[in-house]
Amino acid sequence: MTATVETTAAVPREGGDASPSRSRRRESLVALAFLAPALVLLGALVVYPMVYTGVRSFYNASGEKFIGWDNYVTMFTSASTFTAIRNNIIWVIVAPISCTLIGLVFAVLLDKIRWSTAFKLIIFMPMAISMLAAGVIFRGMFQEDPQIGVVNAAVVAAKSAFTNQSAYPGAKPRNEAGLVAEQGIIATESAVAPGSTADFPLVGIRTDALGDDPTQAAPASGPADDEVTGTVWLDFVRGGGGVNGQIDEGEMGLPGVRVDAVGEDGKVAASAQTQADGTYVISGLEPGASYRVALPAANFAEGATGVPWLSATFITAVVILSYIWIWAGFAMVMIASGLSAMDRSLQEAARVDGATEWKVFTRITAPLLAPVLVVVFVTLIINVLKIFDLVYVIPPGNAKPAANVIAVEMWTVSFGGGNDQGLGSALAILLLLLVLPFMIINVRRFREERSR
Amino acid sequence: MTDLTVVKGKRTPAQRVLGFFGKGFVNFALIVVALLWVIPSLGLLLTSFRTVGDSTTSGWWTVFSRPAQLTLQNYVDLLSNSAITSSLLNSILIVVPATLLVVLVGALAGYAFAWMSFPGRDWLLVAVIVLLAVPLQVALIPVARLFGWLGIFGSIPGVILFHVAFGLPFAIFLLRNFFTQIPREVMEAARVDGASEWRIFTRVILPLGAPAIASLAIFQFLWTWNDLLIGLIFTNAESQPITVAIQSQLRQFGSNIDVLSTGAFVSMVIPLIVFFAFQRYFVQALLAGSNK
Repeated sequence: MTATVETTAAVPREGGDASPSRSRRRESLVALAFLAPALVLLGALVVYPMVYTGVRSFYNASGEKFIGWDNYVTMFTSASTFTAIRNNIIWVIVAPISCTLIGLVFAVLLDKIRWSTAFKLIIFMPMAISMLAAGVIFRGMFQEDPQIGVVNAAVVAAKSAFTNQSAYPGAKPRNEAGLVAEQGIIATESAVAPGSTADFPLVGIRTDALGDDPTQAAPASGPADDEVTGTVWLDFVRGGGGVNGQIDEGEMGLPGVRVDAVGEDGKVAASAQTQADGTYVISGLEPGASYRVALPAANFAEGATGVPWLSATFITAVVILSYIWIWAGFAMVMIASGLSAMDRSLQEAARVDGATEWKVFTRITAPLLAPVLVVVFVTLIINVLKIFDLVYVIPPGNAKPAANVIAVEMWTVSFGGGNDQGLGSALAILLLLLVLPFMIINVRRFREERSR
Repeated sequence: MTDLTVVKGKRTPAQRVLGFFGKGFVNFALIVVALLWVIPSLGLLLTSFRTVGDSTTSGWWTVFSRPAQLTLQNYVDLLSNSAITSSLLNSILIVVPATLLVVLVGALAGYAFAWMSFPGRDWLLVAVIVLLAVPLQVALIPVARLFGWLGIFGSIPGVILFHVAFGLPFAIFLLRNFFTQIPREVMEAARVDGASEWRIFTRVILPLGAPAIASLAIFQFLWTWNDLLIGLIFTNAESQPITVAIQSQLRQFGSNIDVLSTGAFVSMVIPLIVFFAFQRYFVQALLAGSNK
């Protein structure tokens, strides 16, 4: 075999009388012709621009004046670019690790299920769609209104399963009825002595909160010496009419409201619940002492609300989540193919020797997988550093500054109205510098594989 | 037979119970994960079949209790919206030439790197690997100027050229790696027959390299179709691709949700078809691109 190859290789290509050096030159010229289109395109649209951007980063916004390192100083001192750099660091730390780990877990578990092809397709599918579409999807999912955003719908459903929603959220006292509302508590303005009444005309309650069968509110019966009585009712007649602060025909009692009598020491002395007609009786009070009558906040607490996912606080987390949704599939597919190419005899031997699955994984599989994990990790880092689309699409206007990253800032500064291509160039060069170590890793890996 | 029973006998009943539940648990966990992964796309799909009024007052999941709200109206509106339909056409006009050019130029260079010897070959190859990771941001400002000077800024040819240039390093790298695996005997036989390099390229390299070329084409197609940034900068209202047309509706997210969801889904249909039809090639491109 080898012999034939060598002899054929020695056969001159064409025109047997050409000297070796001439034929070599000819081959170089042919190679140049094959390379020319690529070299021209790469030179004009990648290499030359790189140099130009490098030079441009030392000039001012209009490009007329050399300003030295000023753009680079601005980059680290201006608030918006600094946020962008900080966020990029968060991205680079969180996103590649999360994707690689999730991909690793999926790839290992894939072995144990029969429907692994279907699972792979489902997880990998987001790789095929645009980040723009993914951005639209995630912006919709994380809307704050639980009626619209599916994530908050789930959050609210989970929250209300654990917290009791109050019967009358958002209730307020009627003005000039001698009542005050503080921190959700509704209480009498002045102290009340046992043997007297305290009424609570409330408004701001949705009529459907009254239930299916509301009862006409009634005035409380006269209190005994150790009692405070009164009525808690909705001081509102459907269709209008009635006198504010008075129980009118058609106004309904609010049943089930807790009423506290608070002593001068601030402690709850006694409490009661309102009846269907809104009346309550607090008994067992000290005649002669004075109390404030209060409806505790628990009666009026708002129900569970959605989390403001798209606000400055959570926005970067949400955008990173959308990135993981897309790229975990990439990590999974790469790692799974690394696993399937692996010779499993070592693992089998270890199992026969009684090693646990966890030990087999950490001592044998993971180390053998390390090269693939490095490839996935480096690819993801290079990709994450220049993340643009998702950050451009998902945050609404008011959260954009908080979500900023270098690539978006570079676009804003140079094309999106900032009109400072000097600073834009400096930001582009920063991206290039950040990618540099990973370029070197790639070149090293390539060299090592060739020398093998 | 005896072997089997011996192996089975090694597992204690406790281990067997654990194994069964372990498997059940893994299945259950992965079903949950798969659902979580599907829900986002499903939500977008269902939203695209609901009116703006419904979408701004209730969630897409109410479709399951009130299927009557589903309507094709958004799609009818979208396809009669000339800005969207012309941007779809633009996307095709950009993506098809960009893909073909990357494959052709990349294959020519890949062949030269794989089978020709010329001075500086290894250094050029290292340069290609370096360029593989260059963020395209470093080229935006100068190329915008260059295109302005050439008079192709804002036009479809400009966008195509940019896509081709930044697709080339990956294309060259991928195809070179594949072409080097073509058996030496095949190449020598062709050369002994006195075939010209061009003839070898068209008659030997391209047919034998078809799987790698298909992988590259799929990858480049999806990459170009899904691009937003390059389109955002290098196109105008007449030449913008679908992604740019959709993003211009983002400012009023809620009230434009009909155009956004429907447009986003339409923009997903072509890549999804390509993906599901050729996903094996796509995966191969990813593997070859980073593993070699």
